[in-house]
Amino acid sequence: MTNEKNEYRVSPLGKTAYWVVVVIMLAIGAVGLYWRLTQGHKLANYGQLIVWGLWVAMYIYFIGLSAGAFLISALVYAFGVERFRPIARLALFTALISLLMALLNIWFDLGHMARFYEVYTRPNFQSMMAWMVWLYTAYFILLLVEFWFEMREDLVHRGQEPGVVGLVCRILALGSKAVDAETRRRDQRVVRVLGAIGVPLAIMFHGGVGALFGVVSARPAWHSGLFPLLFLVSALVSGGGLLLALYAMLAPNRKSEEYKTLIFDLGRLVLFLVLLDGLFTFAEYSIALYGAIPSDVAPLLKTMTGPFWYVFWIGQVGLGLVIPTVLLAWKRTRTNPFWVTVAGFSIVLAFVGVRLNIVIPPLSVPEIQGLVEAVPSARMTTQYAPSSMEWFLAIGIIGLGLAMFAIGYYLLPVKPHQGKEATL
Amino acid sequence: MEYTPVVAQMKNQIVRMMEDLERALQKPPSERRWGMVIDLSKCVACDACTVSCKAENKTPPGVNYTLVIKEEVGTYPNVREVFLPRPCMQCENPPCVDVCPVSATWKNEEGVVVIDYDVCIGCRYCITACPYGARTFDFGDWYTKNTPMLAPYETAPTFEYGEERVRQDDVSPIGNVRKCNFCIQRLHEGLLPACINDCIGRARYFGDLNDPDSLVSELLRERYSFRLKDELGTSPKVFYLS
Repeated sequence: MTNEKNEYRVSPLGKTAYWVVVVIMLAIGAVGLYWRLTQGHKLANYGQLIVWGLWVAMYIYFIGLSAGAFLISALVYAFGVERFRPIARLALFTALISLLMALLNIWFDLGHMARFYEVYTRPNFQSMMAWMVWLYTAYFILLLVEFWFEMREDLVHRGQEPGVVGLVCRILALGSKAVDAETRRRDQRVVRVLGAIGVPLAIMFHGGVGALFGVVSARPAWHSGLFPLLFLVSALVSGGGLLLALYAMLAPNRKSEEYKTLIFDLGRLVLFLVLLDGLFTFAEYSIALYGAIPSDVAPLLKTMTGPFWYVFWIGQVGLGLVIPTVLLAWKRTRTNPFWVTVAGFSIVLAFVGVRLNIVIPPLSVPEIQGLVEAVPSARMTTQYAPSSMEWFLAIGIIGLGLAMFAIGYYLLPVKPHQGKEATL
Repeated sequence: MEYTPVVAQMKNQIVRMMEDLERALQKPPSERRWGMVIDLSKCVACDACTVSCKAENKTPPGVNYTLVIKEEVGTYPNVREVFLPRPCMQCENPPCVDVCPVSATWKNEEGVVVIDYDVCIGCRYCITACPYGARTFDFGDWYTKNTPMLAPYETAPTFEYGEERVRQDDVSPIGNVRKCNFCIQRLHEGLLPACINDCIGRARYFGDLNDPDSLVSELLRERYSFRLKDELGTSPKVFYLS
């Protein structure tokens, strides 16, 4: 049924190290959560000018990972690109967890967390943000249903196993027991249809996040028609990079030809996306810089030469463009699992920087010159570095994501290749 | 023409604006269109408006409905200072209103952009959308938090939007976006906005733009005026005379 025997096993030491890191991250997060709930926004470092900070950047980061991973799964489910079948289910699982992490980040960012339901009860559909929440909700439901139908048969099989895994899978199977050719065909059809519906949905919600920024004419660095497209491409890059790293690490049969082929194919796809993203970013920057309108140029100069210049040059350009391009293009590294993993994680890390640079520098330029100096207040400043509370809570959310991933990976049939046999 | 002392002129203008106000209040709200005119040549950047706004609305540190931008122009010894008071522009086409995901902010029938503190979720999208930096977030900071006691001016009730509120931790307007609302709580009592009353050089004028006889309409007719970032199509109701 599954490849349990051939499966690549994480060493006990590695497992322990993983959980030690996760528990430390969760403990740090608990402190951040305590501060956030008792002190509100007082301990935050974002201010009156840079009103959005780390949490908003983390939100668009994780939502990008989710959209990217989902669209790659849709290559298999909706477009029938069978060569990526071994990672399709893992991609769905990653998309689900990233979505939850994104929504947690943005929830803590609200001034009144308890009022989030108002976006459902009294939405203003003139606002891109209202659209976002509604589309996320639709996407979340679609993801859950698609994921369930994709796993259903394996859940039924696993439900017969003893122990916790069997119990959880029995519960998650929701009483469904039938496994035959007909149910298999039905499951596949449902997954195919939902995957197909998910594609425009993912394009809408992630292009929409780009539009959320793009429509703000008060911030020239955001106000660009390229923004929704840039968001889509960068989502695919970061989601692809993450899947590449995950597959390179977690795949069974790492000696097999199939593994090498898939690594190479996925790597080539990610390489193409990395270069496309580089092209988009170059277009965005060069046009604005050439135009030389001060309000357009100032945020870009801040990004490239400001106090956090390294986030752009080392993060975005180095880790996000140069390193993955070299590693995924060079003959000697592009089929080597170690270097492919490095390339994947390099992208995953770089895109935190990409997201920070999308949110923060465009906000750091006062709307009217002299605005910041008009009032002596610590919150009226063009400088921003996240506070301890912001870091702690963001780290905690990442820890939570890692914990959910590990638990889900243990309990659910989501390992690479699982689902392949079931659908053959 | 008979000579009128400057002080008397200024006093007359205050009286005239209050009469304008009273006349406007006789009309149905939808026929009023409140506007402000600021004479930059008279502004000395004393920040009396900034302070009177603080006193009226008890705004915490970092929350400023109006402020005065001070800019030095030229190189020594040929320098000049320019001052730009900046309240909310009360745009005819407010970009902040469109982006609010829960319709917590809107342009009311008198043309003032208002916020419902009990609805605002504090996402701060509107702050990013305002081209004038006129919106601020109430982080829950206090001027006198780590002192033996909170100063009475921080705990006294405010009457913004005609609602009596005492600011306290975790309760609106903390966690909300806040902005200048032309002191509508005062307008409805026949009082001018606090910044208009307290301007020491009579640089700020207020009244009904729909009333051709109001002082603001007269000033806009007779003098050259401009609006900030008019090219964005926001159509502000705050006019500057230079």
